[in-house]
Amino acid sequence: MPEITMLALARRFRPALRLLPALVTLPLLSGCGMVVLEPAGDVARQQGNLVIVSTILMLLIIVPVMALTIFFAWRYRAANKEATYKPDWDHSTQLELVIWAAPLLIIICLGALTWVGTHLLDPYRPLARTAPGNPVATEVQPLDVQVVALDWKWVFIYPEQGIATVNELALPVDRPIRFRISASSVMNSFYIPALAGQIYAMPGMETKLHAVLNRPGNYEGFSANYSGAGFSKMRFKVRGMDGAGFTTWASQTKGAGGTLDRAAYLRLERPSENEPVRRFAGVEAGLFDAVVNMCVEPGKMCMRDMMALDAKGGLGLAGIHNVRPLEYDKTAGRGSGPAPDRKMVAALCLPLPGDEGKPVMERRVDLSPLTGAGLSRPGSLPRATFIAAADETSIPTPIPFAKSNR
Amino acid sequence: MSADPTPIPISPIFGRLSLESFPLHEPIIVATFAAVVIGGLAVLGLITRYRLWGWLWRDWFTSVDHKKIGIMYMVLGLIMFLRGFADAIMMRIQQAMAFGGSEGYLNSHHYDQIFTAHGVIMIFFVAMPFVTGLMNYIVPLQIGARDVSFPFLNNFSFWMTTAGAVLVMMSLFVGEFAQTGWLAYPPLSGIAYSPATGVDYYIWALQIAGVGTTLSGINLIATILKMRAPGMGMMKMPVFTWTSLCTNVLIVASFPVLTAVLTLLSLDRYVGTNFFTNDFGGSPMMYVNLIWIWGHPEVYILILPLFGVFSEVTSTFSGKKLFGYTSMVYATIVITILSYLVWLHHFFTMGSGPSVNSFFGITTMVISIPTGAKLFNWLFTMYRGRIRFELPMMWTVAFMLTFVVGGMTGVLLAVPPADFVLHNSLFLIAHFHNVIIGGVLFGLFAAINFWWPKAFGFKLDVFWGKISFWCWVVGFWLAFMPLYVLGLMGVTRRMRVFDDPSLQIWFIIAGIGAAVIAVGIGAMLVQFAVSIWKRDQLRDTTGDPWGGRTLEWSTSSPPPEYNFAFTPVIHSLDAWHDMKSRGAERPTQGFRPIHMPKNTGTGVILSAFATIMGFALIWYIWWLAALSFAGILTVAIGHTFNYRRDFHIPAATVETTEGARTRLLATGT
Repeated sequence: MPEITMLALARRFRPALRLLPALVTLPLLSGCGMVVLEPAGDVARQQGNLVIVSTILMLLIIVPVMALTIFFAWRYRAANKEATYKPDWDHSTQLELVIWAAPLLIIICLGALTWVGTHLLDPYRPLARTAPGNPVATEVQPLDVQVVALDWKWVFIYPEQGIATVNELALPVDRPIRFRISASSVMNSFYIPALAGQIYAMPGMETKLHAVLNRPGNYEGFSANYSGAGFSKMRFKVRGMDGAGFTTWASQTKGAGGTLDRAAYLRLERPSENEPVRRFAGVEAGLFDAVVNMCVEPGKMCMRDMMALDAKGGLGLAGIHNVRPLEYDKTAGRGSGPAPDRKMVAALCLPLPGDEGKPVMERRVDLSPLTGAGLSRPGSLPRATFIAAADETSIPTPIPFAKSNR
Repeated sequence: MSADPTPIPISPIFGRLSLESFPLHEPIIVATFAAVVIGGLAVLGLITRYRLWGWLWRDWFTSVDHKKIGIMYMVLGLIMFLRGFADAIMMRIQQAMAFGGSEGYLNSHHYDQIFTAHGVIMIFFVAMPFVTGLMNYIVPLQIGARDVSFPFLNNFSFWMTTAGAVLVMMSLFVGEFAQTGWLAYPPLSGIAYSPATGVDYYIWALQIAGVGTTLSGINLIATILKMRAPGMGMMKMPVFTWTSLCTNVLIVASFPVLTAVLTLLSLDRYVGTNFFTNDFGGSPMMYVNLIWIWGHPEVYILILPLFGVFSEVTSTFSGKKLFGYTSMVYATIVITILSYLVWLHHFFTMGSGPSVNSFFGITTMVISIPTGAKLFNWLFTMYRGRIRFELPMMWTVAFMLTFVVGGMTGVLLAVPPADFVLHNSLFLIAHFHNVIIGGVLFGLFAAINFWWPKAFGFKLDVFWGKISFWCWVVGFWLAFMPLYVLGLMGVTRRMRVFDDPSLQIWFIIAGIGAAVIAVGIGAMLVQFAVSIWKRDQLRDTTGDPWGGRTLEWSTSSPPPEYNFAFTPVIHSLDAWHDMKSRGAERPTQGFRPIHMPKNTGTGVILSAFATIMGFALIWYIWWLAALSFAGILTVAIGHTFNYRRDFHIPAATVETTEGARTRLLATGT
């Protein structure tokens, strides 16, 4: 396969290739760190290589075109009466063939490179190697990290270690890492240039990223998709450490205390900027799944249950009435002013797997009938009785619902 | 940050509008407002003082003449360009300042509006009016027509575009503009996260202007297909007309998607549907897909007509037939079709599978093949030519050298793994400014310098034109090369403050570049003023100052109201060049009355109602929205009963006009 050879070639001549753009812009770039071309992770390195190889491939045609433009402009200037002048010459089949074929050939090469590169560097694909010549053994388990983009900070959950952090991502070097990524309110993009290319963090969605860090050190991570007022400061520290260092860090975090449970998460979720680094020694089980399914709030139906119900035909009219105001209004918290009620679908189902034995809902859902703006209470409407039943069974100590938010 | 919101006060009379809606606490806005008021009053005063209201109303605002409407589009584009550029300068200053703990001089509420407004204004209210105005002015002349197919619709389209622009400008002083980025992705643009009026201004400005754009697209397609002079088969159409045709096909096929997606977003915002919300099965990803299904064709809507301009300019100033006309036409058609198959490259990072990503990556790259062919065609048009480096040709060469770099970085971004590291970075910003400034704007400047003598009867001043040219070209490279570098350093877009002090120098260089561009814009305005001042020295009496090749150069400059006294008959491509080389004579007798459309004020009135309706909907003033909507319906229906919509220019008048031109040609040359 020519394109694989090309990647291999690119790898072999990497130092030389790296020099090339550097040479072009040397006077300008001396001393500035182009992290995209000089990353610390194998995935980003291959992506950076692809940037360089594609650029060189295209320069094969761009440079002659630019040179020809200048040459023709100079040679055929009106003042130069020496030059041939053929006012009616407007067609040449050979030339036409060349001018369509030359870009076509470049694009065929680039297209092949793209096809292979896109599949090999697919963020969803488990890593096959941690560095050139270092294949990942089959028994190696990647480190799982669950990432949630909040307004305007990042939460990282380490399910294996049972710890969580805010705005700090510690990673062991040379161990494959598997990120599961989501967001709480709006779209963000999870990007650590030194580690690997970015991928969107979207509410109600889960994206994945496989990557590996090869050099210990401190790096920058941030959101690469505008997400509102606090976006500029939505940055986090990435600390690459060796295996032993990571274990020490994890056990220190474990000893520090504090638990990221649903209540803590909901407090954390409130919009804030410039959050300091924070560590939690424990994480409530199933929290990330609740985030992805948008049911961290007590009494809210998880999306997967909603989809399962809908796949079976939905709840009919009962489903329409099974709608409640969302207790926590992020809008107000964002400082962007009041908004009309946001609604949610109330939970019908039992706790998530892993949550057994724990109170899912700390506060009881308000069971008083819904009222529309300016409407009287629809007392005669049939209430979804099984909601109440579900609520009664799953809540050990009912706490009166405080109508505080409006 | 209050955790305990008060309910929105919606008054039955004023809706959401209250004294607090006016940003009196923002000194920058108050100062701008004062300047606008003083400047506006001065302009209004001068118009009144010189009694120009009647002239403006009769000869311009209500005109259905495609030439006047074209010029009004250009004026609109120019005014909005100054606003959009002011936003750009403010961003550059903020980003050059906000380092080392400094917050700069703009808070996020203001800064986020500025980058949103910059994008929206530059695309919808600068590039679009410029391009539409150009097509409006040139296309009928190039195909030997007396006007467009639907002259009233043309006037109405212009005023709807203006209504959109008025709403955007209004948001500066009443309420706020969107803080979402120029495509207003939900959920951020949903009512839950953007409850104020900003996104509503965005929606209604675009929806109202979109009516104008779509109708204008239909109008120009009908004009090109049905109103060509006898003998002008499709493959004898000038290239600019071809690219205009393709552009308008793109407009008609893609703008309805924008209208639909914005309608869904407004339903989410106004009546509580859940198309794009997080909860209730809404899918923000659907919005992103839909908006880019419009958005990618949109960039070809902007660039294609300018490809036509470059073809005309290169051929004219090389004194040579265009090389490879047929392949040029097919390249344009291929680009038109392919532009619908690439939208997903704007969000490879959303997590589609590798097969989907590489499909869209490769279709994107394939577009570079016809584009490359076009570039070669211009090159070989220059080959063995006699190139006169007048201003339009200078802009064309600058375009060729600049655009290839933008094209290259564009193809680079089409490689998905490369996009993963460069997406949303300043590299991307540099890329699209590279193609939009280097392609669209340079093309517009070439076009303005090229066709100005046709529109006004005198050439533009060369000295100030060259100053503007060099400032623009140098300023462009200074302003955007640092952004490429910053992108490779991993700096993302839409940032307001920075931590890393080593980045600052690049932002300062970019700021200097923007300042040089500002000088270029100033020089261009001076160029216009000086040229008008010295119009008698710059006068062109021939109607054909550049040795043109297409029909618009066969008539006088400025062309008479009816464009052509007799509809020309076409025998070959480059019809005017053909006529000149065969020694065709102007007819001097046998004139007949010419059937023309009559001016009407309906377009102005309809668009005024549309503006009021948009404003009322933005501020939840329901009674006013209903009233103005009723007004629109009434006036529109009333207009169908207006039977006095045409007249004849008497043969005697035509004879006088043409006789004057005959004498001028005899003595002037």
